[in-house]
Amino acid sequence: MSILINKNTRLLVQGITGNEGFFHTTQMVNYGTNVVAGVTPGKGGEWVMEGKIPVFDSVKLAVDATGANATCIFVPARFAPDAMFEAADSGIPLIVCITEGVPVQDMMRVRNYIDQKKVRLVGPNCPGMLTPGESKVGIIPGDIAIPGDVGVVSRSGTLTYEVLYALKLVGMGASTCVGIGGDPINGTNFVDVLEMFEHDPHTEKVVLIGEIGGTDEDKAAEYISSKMTKPLVSFIAGQTAPSGKRMGHAGAIIEGGAGSAADKVKALEAAGVKVARHPEEIPSLLK
Amino acid sequence: MKLHEYQSKQIFAKYGIPIPKGRVAATAAEAKAIAEELGGRVVIKSQVLVGGRGKAGGIKLAKDADEAEQLAAQILAMEIKGLPVRKVLVDEAAAIETEIYFSITNDRAARKPVMIASAAGGVDIEEVAATAPEKIIKVHIDPLLGLREYQARDVAASIDLPREYWKDFIKVANGLWRTYSETDATLAEINPLVITKDKRLVALDGKMMIDDNALFRHADLAEMRDIDEEAPAETEARKHGLSYIKLDGNIGCMVNGAGLAMTSMDIVKLFGGKPANFLDIGGGAGADKVAVAMKIILSDPNVKAVLFNIFGGITRCDEVAKGILVAMAEVKPKVPMVVRLVGTNAEEGRKLLENAKMITAETLADAARKSVAAAKGKKQK
Repeated sequence: MSILINKNTRLLVQGITGNEGFFHTTQMVNYGTNVVAGVTPGKGGEWVMEGKIPVFDSVKLAVDATGANATCIFVPARFAPDAMFEAADSGIPLIVCITEGVPVQDMMRVRNYIDQKKVRLVGPNCPGMLTPGESKVGIIPGDIAIPGDVGVVSRSGTLTYEVLYALKLVGMGASTCVGIGGDPINGTNFVDVLEMFEHDPHTEKVVLIGEIGGTDEDKAAEYISSKMTKPLVSFIAGQTAPSGKRMGHAGAIIEGGAGSAADKVKALEAAGVKVARHPEEIPSLLK
Repeated sequence: MKLHEYQSKQIFAKYGIPIPKGRVAATAAEAKAIAEELGGRVVIKSQVLVGGRGKAGGIKLAKDADEAEQLAAQILAMEIKGLPVRKVLVDEAAAIETEIYFSITNDRAARKPVMIASAAGGVDIEEVAATAPEKIIKVHIDPLLGLREYQARDVAASIDLPREYWKDFIKVANGLWRTYSETDATLAEINPLVITKDKRLVALDGKMMIDDNALFRHADLAEMRDIDEEAPAETEARKHGLSYIKLDGNIGCMVNGAGLAMTSMDIVKLFGGKPANFLDIGGGAGADKVAVAMKIILSDPNVKAVLFNIFGGITRCDEVAKGILVAMAEVKPKVPMVVRLVGTNAEEGRKLLENAKMITAETLADAARKSVAAAKGKKQK
């Protein structure tokens, strides 16, 4: 079992004929993900992957024709907001946006729009999700993780790979790994995923990988101490990072100096989370 | 991207926010000429991209054009927090009655823009925020609706602005909203917004930051970037799509992915070393980009060892290895190098580097430990 994606996921890929979209669609298909359709405006009617996957002009057409129940977005940053709006309007319940570099004001509009609909957005600027042995949506290399009972949620990309790989080396596997992305405004936050892991019968333990900036880890700590029964291990990146480029006085007024790695570690430890000093310590802390 | 005060105020003016008369000068003689035009009494303001200019002596009042020349010469010879002053803004001096703080910025926790105002504007606004938060008014703006007039009116009332100024204040608020939204700003700040003795609202100082990710649709703003204000290596890195920040340690780091790059730095420190930089080569970097990255790291004379930590996903380890070899042939580095390659094409990458006399590592901790030892000059395999 798993959260968000599994063997019943019928995936649509937006930007399937682009370089990145095509490359990663191939990887996803090879992993066993059921990719049922692609969208590239202007290329509707074509077929890709040796004629196995139909391409449509719009998300709506693709969903109506194939019953896709999740979409993965690989379009360039300047087109990504429109791709997310289009997906949200199509009625598809799960949107995963891999694209990096989406302007933050666009993301505020996307997020506020999506909040009015019954749809979950993961990302942008994220590696996507992996339910080992069942489905991979995004760009996480499939061979670095094995099926298991550890839920992994992370704001980072390659750092997540390190953790999955460290788990695999000691024979520990993941139920689902969710990369929520590193952008200041995104669709899904730690608490959303923690809640899903808490209720997933096949997730026994959870790894949370955070980093400096924002208050998402602090909110996670609050949720963990009040609602979570499953054990957690965490790692926070950025202990040595130079203090962020300050945003005039307004940044200090809004965040009041929150967001340092030390503060996040303190909040998580106070919530009973074991915090690793480096990623390779995580497996032993999970035992 | 940060904008200078004079650039921010030019943008404010474009959106109908009143600013003082004035211009920017690069020499004392220019400053004198501008002061003469403005009638003598002026403020000379250093234009550097750091806060605390006033407290550092970088803002001075001149009573006439001659004094403006003298003060401009002084300020242009200054360094503020390590940045040499290259330009001064010469503004007509205002007779100030009241100072208001007014800004619009992103509230990431609320996922909305937020308008912030306070009747206690001026240099100590952060102090006010910490000690008397009730004096700071915050109003969130729906990003799908934009600023509505009633919200600006509410803010005016909440900071006890006399009613005679409401109309002008609403105009400033609309101007600031348009400034923020039409330039993809992450911050548009007026501090102070003053009421002058002759009863006008004027934006005396301004600060703006623009979302780097949105510069593709603002060619005019992208041109405003002042590359004199950044380290040359950082400019070079940005040109090649690399993210590089120089630090004061001696272990150079090259990593793919920002989170992993920060983690690699953290582990170096955990094992007693000090990172010389943050460098993220991004996803899918080819050999050329890696070679540029390596040259940038080695251009820092403090670097005594280099740590390469690559977890191949989209990035292929053999491409990284090729880039390392190209850069080594060109730069002929004398410092020891520790390399850890895992993931996509790691085996091929390791083979390419077999004869390159590099120290290899299996795990992240092992790589960090070895680079710390190498930076201290310890011999090892």
